[in-house]
Amino acid sequence: MDKEFIKQYIPLYSEAALLTVKIGFLGIAAAIIIGLVCETIVYFKIPVLRRIVSVYIELSRNTPLLIQLFFIYYGLPKIGIRTDAQMCGIAGLAFLGGSYMAEAFRSGVEAIDVIQEESAYSLGLSKLQTVRYVLLPQAISISAPALIANVIFLLKETSVFSAISLMDLMFTAKDLIGLYYNTTESLFLLVVFYLLILLPVSVIGSLIERRLRHAGYGV
Amino acid sequence: MPDMGFDVLWKGKNFLRLLGGLGVALKISLISVLISIILGTVLGILWHHNNLFIKAVMRSYLEVIRIMPQLVLLFIVYFGTTRSFGWDLSGETASVIVFSLWGTAEMSDLVRGAIISIPAHQYESAFALGLGKAQVYLYVILPQAIRRLIPLSINLVTRMIKTTSLVLMIGVVEIIKVAQQIIEANRMSSKNAAFGVYLTVFVMYFLACWPISLLARKLEKRWR
Repeated sequence: MDKEFIKQYIPLYSEAALLTVKIGFLGIAAAIIIGLVCETIVYFKIPVLRRIVSVYIELSRNTPLLIQLFFIYYGLPKIGIRTDAQMCGIAGLAFLGGSYMAEAFRSGVEAIDVIQEESAYSLGLSKLQTVRYVLLPQAISISAPALIANVIFLLKETSVFSAISLMDLMFTAKDLIGLYYNTTESLFLLVVFYLLILLPVSVIGSLIERRLRHAGYGV
Repeated sequence: MPDMGFDVLWKGKNFLRLLGGLGVALKISLISVLISIILGTVLGILWHHNNLFIKAVMRSYLEVIRIMPQLVLLFIVYFGTTRSFGWDLSGETASVIVFSLWGTAEMSDLVRGAIISIPAHQYESAFALGLGKAQVYLYVILPQAIRRLIPLSINLVTRMIKTTSLVLMIGVVEIIKVAQQIIEANRMSSKNAAFGVYLTVFVMYFLACWPISLLARKLEKRWR
């Protein structure tokens, strides 16, 4: 392995990693919001919107991110909806992740016994208060493992962004392999940088999971 | 109605070529799924072996494969190993190798989870009835575990089909690549081809995965 080469390209990879993290973070944040909104619609059984949500969830879960991105990036401009590559990456990740997050929240909400809701009502809490103080805390704690798994899954999915020419880690690695033919070094840096992003998330994720286990106690 | 670029699909054999591309993607995923299910089941059962060394090896295999994006694994096998070991891999072979490695890891975890989810009293009652260890597994544990496993492994098929879209990035000619070629070839005559063709590919992927997801969900409900 060529140590000089590795040293020389660490800054380039760091920049690419920052881009990956930035788009990943924004996309995942948007996905969580979409997931929450979808689950709220499903939970309160809002007519019409509910149908739209279920169609959206099926569409997004049964198609790969790559074609979603291609459609947003190359297809939509033809009917006048133009986005730059970064926006497109965030939108794609949010579109894909929203349904996964919604399903995770749903598994949490469904796991809560009806008795919790009834008890809250009989204590005089309003519907909103019940959701805010009784159901949501439990639901979040039950769905935490799935949510964290989704975050890691979505961060991994960001690797396809290079297909819409975002200069992320994959793009940088592919570029360097093409330019200098230093395959081993480029791939080594690629793996190291992905580990630097994903390992901390995975470790912090399992810590959070452990802390949020309180919903299971006393059952 | 303005031109949405759907007309390109009916020129020449374009639509058939797209279907052929989907066929390539499905072929790669089905081969990988078959290998994954076989190897994954074996590994998943091995998890319950009490040998610490086997456990450590399996654990590291699972963690290493799962933490890396599949695209990185594809690059390592397709660009990395070919360079380091000097062998020659076609894009399709490389993808089958990577997706089998990944699928095996996922499948072994599903098998492990399914076996763990069988409550302890099932083992204890079976032993109490005088069944041998092999009999306990063969007649009591596995039939129940397989029931829980089937919906999950069907889900693995859809995940595999979606993941195979990545092979585009190592130059395998599958459905998205064919779509790109069609759009390129018609860029003068049909400016909006990108909209129609990519939307069609989107729908094709959906039609390939959706029925499988529905089946998995139905089985899961029935066998719960």
